[in-house]
Amino acid sequence: MALVVNGQAIETDEEGYLANRSDWTEQVATEMAKIDNASLEPNHWEVINFLREYYEEYQIAPAVRVLTKAIGKKLGPDKGNSKYLYELFPYGPAKQACKYAGLPKPTGCV
Amino acid sequence: MPMLHTVNKSPFYTYTLESCLDRAREGSAVLLIEDGVYSAMRGTPIERRMVEAMKKLAIYVLGPDLEARGMTYDRVVSGVKVVDYGGFVDLAAQHNNVQSWL
Amino acid sequence: MSEAINDVGESVETGESAAGKVKKFMFINRKSPYGTIYALESLEVVLISAAFDQDVSLAFFDDGVYQLVKGQKTQGIGIKNHSPTYRALDGYDIEKLYVEKESMELRGLTTEDLLVPVQQLSRGELSKLIDTQDVVLSF
Repeated sequence: MALVVNGQAIETDEEGYLANRSDWTEQVATEMAKIDNASLEPNHWEVINFLREYYEEYQIAPAVRVLTKAIGKKLGPDKGNSKYLYELFPYGPAKQACKYAGLPKPTGCV
Repeated sequence: MPMLHTVNKSPFYTYTLESCLDRAREGSAVLLIEDGVYSAMRGTPIERRMVEAMKKLAIYVLGPDLEARGMTYDRVVSGVKVVDYGGFVDLAAQHNNVQSWL
Repeated sequence: MSEAINDVGESVETGESAAGKVKKFMFINRKSPYGTIYALESLEVVLISAAFDQDVSLAFFDDGVYQLVKGQKTQGIGIKNHSPTYRALDGYDIEKLYVEKESMELRGLTTEDLLVPVQQLSRGELSKLIDTQDVVLSF
């Protein structure tokens, strides 16, 4: 999948996940979303930034159930539920949001 | 100088360290690398073996392998010298030959 | 066991066995963290197993206790430090971590040296606990 940001090609795997986590910028995330015909609003960024912090701390991308619970703990129950997260990330909150956050695909996702 | 021996196995998992120490000739050096660094830690039954071995051998341990395993330098048996990769290269260059105990 | 896993990760009954019976899974970790790939592989399987809502516990003995030592810094050896992930297990509802006292003592370690809260059991106690499991996976 061709991901071009500022005229520069960014290496991804066949599913669009970044090959090098260090290539991530907010603009990279925005361009990835464009490929999926999505635009990133503050609510998306909240989840993306949460995932980046989670990865920084634990060195893994969380499973969707774990993400939902952790979001609930941090941002409240109206956001810590699958309905809210699936509305933001219809391809699956863990998979799609992790991709935009520049993380690897969550362990346990098939 | 005589042989440089390297040991990369935990002393609790294989007999490699013993095998090496029993055969290394007086005046040679032993460098503990990878899981071999666990042999250099104080407070284990291996400590006494290390102290005894240092009567005839120089013992070194690779710093980056200690750090990776959360083994701090202050826990290294006294007399065992910590070296970095540059020190590893120097040791290899100073000795006639290297025997890797796998 | 006639159980299958549906696409949302829930256990579903496909045969006459007791529906949704939670089984006791124990992962046994006996290898050092970086000398082999076992420690990392075990951790990944543990994380995946969490999706199946089973009763999961982890036992660490022999060189496996080294996996939990805090302060691991792997920049120097160019290998990813996966030890912070043990602290994520709590969020996966995996809270039963056991270390064997004899293995700790032999290596000069105390629970103070570890990066997560664990329960320290004697060899006999741990063996007994392993005997009560439905599934034992060794790494």
